[in-house]
Amino acid sequence: MNFDFSEEQVMLRDSVARYIQDDYDFDTRNKVVASDEGFSRENWQTFAELGWLSIPFAEENGGFGGSPVDLMLIMEQLGRGLIAEPFIPTVLLFGGLVEAAGSEAQKEALLPAVIGGELQGAFAYLERKTRFDLDAIETTATGSGDSYTLSGEKTVVFNGASADKLVVSALSDGGVSLFLVDASAGGVSRTSYRMMDGQVVANITLDGAAGELLGEAGKALPIIEQVVDNVTLAISAEAVGIMGRLNEVTVEYARTREQFGVAIGTFQALQHRMVDNFMAFEQAKSLLYRAICDRLEGKADARRSLHALKTMVDRSGKHIGAESIQLHGGMGVTEEMSVGHYARRLMMINTIFGNGDYHQQKFSELSYGEKAQEAPAAPRAVDAA
Amino acid sequence: MDTSFSAEDLAFRDEVREFFATEWNDEVIQGLSHPDTFREAMTAWHQKLYNKGWAAPNWPEEHGGPGWTSTQKYIFDYERAAAGAQSLMPFGLQMVGPVIFNFGNDEQKQRFLPKILEGTQWWCQGYSEPGAGSDLAALKTKAERDGDHYVINGAKIWTSYAQLADYIFCLVRTSSEGKKQEGISFLLIDMKSEGIKVNPIHTIDGHHTLNETEFNDVRVPVENLIGEENKGWTYAKALLAHERTGIANVSDSQRNLAQVVELASNEMQGGKPLIEDASFQRRVSDIEIELMALEYTELRVLASVATGGAPGPESSLLKIKGTEIQQAVQELRMEVAGYYQGVSVPEGGENLSGHDFGDYARYRYMYGRAATIYGGSNEVQKNIIAKAVLGLG
Ligand SMILES: Cc1cc2nc3c(=O)[nH]c(=O)nc-3n(C[C@H](O)[C@H](O)[C@H](O)COP(=O)(O)OP(=O)(O)OC[C@H]3O[C@@H](n4cnc5c(N)ncnc54)[C@H](O)[C@@H]3O)c2cc1C
Ligand SMILES: Cc1cc2nc3c(=O)[nH]c(=O)nc-3n(C[C@H](O)[C@H](O)[C@H](O)COP(=O)(O)OP(=O)(O)OC[C@H]3O[C@@H](n4cnc5c(N)ncnc54)[C@H](O)[C@@H]3O)c2cc1C
Repeated sequence: MNFDFSEEQVMLRDSVARYIQDDYDFDTRNKVVASDEGFSRENWQTFAELGWLSIPFAEENGGFGGSPVDLMLIMEQLGRGLIAEPFIPTVLLFGGLVEAAGSEAQKEALLPAVIGGELQGAFAYLERKTRFDLDAIETTATGSGDSYTLSGEKTVVFNGASADKLVVSALSDGGVSLFLVDASAGGVSRTSYRMMDGQVVANITLDGAAGELLGEAGKALPIIEQVVDNVTLAISAEAVGIMGRLNEVTVEYARTREQFGVAIGTFQALQHRMVDNFMAFEQAKSLLYRAICDRLEGKADARRSLHALKTMVDRSGKHIGAESIQLHGGMGVTEEMSVGHYARRLMMINTIFGNGDYHQQKFSELSYGEKAQEAPAAPRAVDAA
Repeated sequence: MDTSFSAEDLAFRDEVREFFATEWNDEVIQGLSHPDTFREAMTAWHQKLYNKGWAAPNWPEEHGGPGWTSTQKYIFDYERAAAGAQSLMPFGLQMVGPVIFNFGNDEQKQRFLPKILEGTQWWCQGYSEPGAGSDLAALKTKAERDGDHYVINGAKIWTSYAQLADYIFCLVRTSSEGKKQEGISFLLIDMKSEGIKVNPIHTIDGHHTLNETEFNDVRVPVENLIGEENKGWTYAKALLAHERTGIANVSDSQRNLAQVVELASNEMQGGKPLIEDASFQRRVSDIEIELMALEYTELRVLASVATGGAPGPESSLLKIKGTEIQQAVQELRMEVAGYYQGVSVPEGGENLSGHDFGDYARYRYMYGRAATIYGGSNEVQKNIIAKAVLGLG
């Protein structure tokens, strides 16, 4: 039993941390976000050169063959730096789906370009009525074999405005299928706008747009769910990174801000609240480790751990975000301070692939509902072994 | 990162599981449930573990510890809790034992450690006083040197199980010069000494575990002093680290929560089992999710101890979260019991209500309030984290 990281993992983590320290301070980051695309293509090239874009991909696909632990370490740092570049949409979602569902030819055509930083991608899954149920979609694909056309409207597509290629979920062949669609193809129109964390997203209307089948027709749901699980772990790691950073920033502020002739950090009422924030962070981090180990080691409890994690990321994220603002007093509500920016990213993460209530409901179904009787949960790590 | 168990670990788990399945039986449970037979039954239970070499998982091998890895300790405690088996009395094994083997002299080690290990000598803790609770160093019970004896005068309070103990380990004041922490000594006192009087304190759960222990000119031989005079505070503080290991009580809470779920499956509300009620599920899962996290928080602390780190101030987090969770589970058990949460059987008396867990739910809940007070109250733990972890002055 150990929670140590290998030498390579420590190097990887430190390289991301150093980059943020040297090249991505808060002001720089805000300038990047304010640009038209909401991120910097130049930075993206740097990420490619540093090898970060290759981390999650298998070696046979030209990747680094990183484990969920490697990914966690990167994501935590990306959270701490509040990195705006579209790592999740291009690498984890688009790249992840191509790797999981694509044919050899599709992988060869797309993955090297993703890893090299030349291709931007997105996964268009959400629709007005989808909420958190990935199969609650109305976009349809008609056709067969090599030739499908898609119609429907996708919303809040992360990186949807900058993506060269999209993976689109649509109903066909009696189920959910995935399609590769050229973002510039005929029948595709995009409206872009910003979310509260500054990222640029798009609503994408498909009106008879040509799509190339990715994976088996009508059978994509399990693959989507698998990739979404990976990404849920990854954004949870990002959230944990943010929470840790928020706590540091807040404690530092409390140590230096003086009122009533003393640093406000000497007031016990505030100290105890910062301790609560510290505990919320440590608990979220523990569940992150748990969910990752369970997945890595193929434990029976992996699904429950993931639901538990996302639930806690929601609760702790909101708690720490709101408390950090409160402890900053009036300054906390200004754009000038970083706390509000971190809190907004946490609020965004909360809702991606299911909020706390959604995951807690799923957790309960698996733990105490009928499903619990079918496959009894292992409440203890010893039994899950 | 790796939390998988080796084949040896799993074999160990099976051995431990088997042990508890056979040895933790009705006879033991019966004996422990009545105050008149409690000590005898607890000693017998202790000796079953002692005979296996399992009484003191945290002791070094040279003093009779089993030499387990942290994973084995973790497995052992899991299996104990999962079987519903009680842990042994902590005062000798967890509290004074480590002080004796770390700071005592050879004569003291030989005199006390074997009896503590085999469970024949019972101890209680004499720290708190009416005027010295959270601010323990304010203690006033005085020890004055008279030849080769100390003469003790004063009173200790909240001394759990003093009525059953053979010895009490005490913090006493041997000097009032300098800082208040610097005039404190650590003494081992025979409870049969002349001048000791134990007065019971009855608690809100209806049971008797607490006492006030008075000392009137009690003569204690100087060879019962641990280490040096006026250094007792240092020894007591070092012991706190031991006291905190396992303080999160994760395995007991897991077992208790699983039991609550089971109880709630048999309790009907609105024509269906209570466990199917969405708002009840939400309350259970709130606790279980925190507990799943705490289990890993504890493993992280254990893992860092195993690689040479000391259980630092982070272990205050285990105390705070662990006790909050215990109380939350106790509250939930009360609610499952419905009306029967009010059943109040006198200690040692017969349960005439016909209900099997209402009385238990009640007294666990009521006594459970104390968990956030003793062992350093949760507010004091927050002060520790604020200062030592967050660096807030
Ligand atoms: C939206 C908004 C509108 C405002 N409008 C006006 C306006 O129109 N005119 C105007 O004059 N002002 C205005 N204010 C200012 C407002 O009154 C101050 O923000 C407020 O008094 C707090 O002071 P501060 O921001 O300096 O925070 P600080 O005093 O620095 O407080 C920081 C944190 O420390 C805590 N704290 C401070 N002292 C103690 C203590 N003794 N014990 C425990 N905790 C303590 C606070 O609760 C807070 O959480 C506005 C503020 C906001 C956010
Ligand atoms: C069931 C039980 C068993 C016990 N067993 C033993 C035993 O065997 N031996 C023994 O020596 N002692 C024992 N104790 C005593 C226990 O250690 C004390 O109760 C504890 O140290 C708190 O002291 P106090 O009760 O005097 O409360 P106080 O110190 O008076 O505290 C009252 C309240 O004030 C809060 N408070 C105090 N100081 C601060 C601060 N600086 N900042 C914020 N809040 C603060 C506390 O958290 C608490 O909520 C036992 C207690 C209980 C309840």
